[in-house]
Amino acid sequence: MTANEPSMPILQGENIQVQRGGKQILDVSSLKIVPGEVLSIIGPNGAGKTTLLQALSQLIRLGKGDIYFQGKKVGADMAPLDYRRCLSMVFQEALLFDTTVYANVASGLKIRGVKSSEILSIVNTRLEQFGIGHLRDRSAKTLSGGEAQRTSLARAFAIQPQLLFLDEPFAALDPPTRETLLEDLNRILRTSGTTAIMATHDQGEALRLSDRIAVMNEGRIVQIGSPAEIMNHPVDEFIATFVGVETIIEGRVIKCERGTATIAVHNNGKSPAAHAFPDSGAGSINSNPTALLETGAKGEEVPLLEAAGQVRPGERVFCCIRPEHVTISPGGRHDRSSARNAFPAIIDRITPAGPFHKVHLNGGFPIVAYVTVQSIEDLDLQAGATVTASFKATAVHMIRRG
Amino acid sequence: MEIIFEGIKQALSLLISLDPEVMGITWLSLKVSGTATLISLFIGIGIGTAVALTSFPGRQIVVGLINTGMGLPPVVVGLFVTIFLWRNGPFGNLEILYTPMAIIIAQAIIATPIVMGITLAAMQQLPQKLRLQILALGATRFQMVWLLIKEAKLSLMAAIMAGFGGVISEVGASIMVGGNIKGYTRVLTTATVMETSKGNFDVAIALSVILLLFAFAINMVLTRVQQRERPR
Repeated sequence: MTANEPSMPILQGENIQVQRGGKQILDVSSLKIVPGEVLSIIGPNGAGKTTLLQALSQLIRLGKGDIYFQGKKVGADMAPLDYRRCLSMVFQEALLFDTTVYANVASGLKIRGVKSSEILSIVNTRLEQFGIGHLRDRSAKTLSGGEAQRTSLARAFAIQPQLLFLDEPFAALDPPTRETLLEDLNRILRTSGTTAIMATHDQGEALRLSDRIAVMNEGRIVQIGSPAEIMNHPVDEFIATFVGVETIIEGRVIKCERGTATIAVHNNGKSPAAHAFPDSGAGSINSNPTALLETGAKGEEVPLLEAAGQVRPGERVFCCIRPEHVTISPGGRHDRSSARNAFPAIIDRITPAGPFHKVHLNGGFPIVAYVTVQSIEDLDLQAGATVTASFKATAVHMIRRG
Repeated sequence: MEIIFEGIKQALSLLISLDPEVMGITWLSLKVSGTATLISLFIGIGIGTAVALTSFPGRQIVVGLINTGMGLPPVVVGLFVTIFLWRNGPFGNLEILYTPMAIIIAQAIIATPIVMGITLAAMQQLPQKLRLQILALGATRFQMVWLLIKEAKLSLMAAIMAGFGGVISEVGASIMVGGNIKGYTRVLTTATVMETSKGNFDVAIALSVILLLFAFAINMVLTRVQQRERPR
């Protein structure tokens, strides 16, 4: 991940404002994107995601603000057309021209006046890369939704963009089509190292593709950070509500046998469980002590969790656990239920959430559980108390990050 | 009924014998209406595209005027072109009233709103975001407009047909500004009117058949092009 390296941003937006009908619809004070990064912009409808993409790509006029591409100010050090020729955009609709698939993929190159002999080889490569070589001579109007979006992506990649903008590219596709295309796009983005900015309302897509996620609301970026930061540490109530209150744990697949994967939790260094419970010994409260902890690269102990699903060892995954699937038992006692995952944890805080209370736990990684008011009283739960948080392997929803 | 068969027989013999007068009338009709359509394409597609792609105050009114113009009665056009070209009129010094040029002007005025209206509708039917997509592909403004026009080409073909069909069959304006002068401004429609009024139904039918054949042939050609362009 290049997000933390101090390299010059490939794209930088400063104080970008867009008004429409006298109303401020975009107001982003600063946004920097480093080369090779994939940034997702999530937010509800009307949050300004599309406007931000169109402003950054200079497809619409800015009310105020500056865009810098590789340090050069667009419109001053660099002509807007030259800037636009460094980027590509894929929309929710494929927006293909009424011609063949080949001519569509070639269109960006043709606009740039590339020689047809060169176009031929570039286009053929892209067609194969996106698995649409057999559709080469088909009319674009006869393609299925998935095929059309593949053509649109191939067209966007044909010009070898230095910046790729994706505006809800999968929103109109049915789930299986979306799944395979998402997989392919992720692979191609990573192998080509293309810098990409994607607007989406689907957190799953954002989690799978991005190095960083920006959350937008009412024209502003309200939070930007790594997927785990956004999901586990939303800065305000709006983000928490929008992203849901799922527990999201980043990890790496150690092994996967008979549909159960063992995942080493990526420790974000916030008071690991092993240190929080030096005496009780994490192993003593787990039915399978050897599986709980593994020694990490730096000698620290890494929590392991089990999840149902087919993944490959070495894959990076996000493990999502819904709060209603997390059970809390008091102290270090573990009731040996069918839950494969049991973690000692300290209660950070308890907040009321309608009929439930939301219990924020720290078990070496953040966990959120829903607990009834009755249980809170029965178990005498309060901030600072030590409990065991457990959930079944089937309650863990894995999102593969490739 | 006999009169119709006679007419058709007459028409065929006029066609087969390449009757010089009929040929002259036909050729002039084609030339005049073709030129008028061509002029209307430039103005109509140009302004239609511009109106479709821009927003400005009073745009609604302009669109309304264009749509009204699509149904402009030829006699009204004929009347005003006559007034303007009249010896004492604003353009009287050009001395082009009762010349083929006057017919071309009148027919171009009739065809332009038709082409403009269809162009406008065609361009507005293109997806809103297609313009942004084309810009994002690195197009200049000129390239963008050209690609949009290409994208609307099937509808624009319809605009050509409607424009040409409208003026080749139009009689009111042609007779008013052209004057139906034999061998000079006599076109198929004005000749048909005259022959009918003289009671020469056979010749009138012959001219009508030629007119129909032309309308049919030209529309066939354009339709074929359109069908070929249509996706398989």
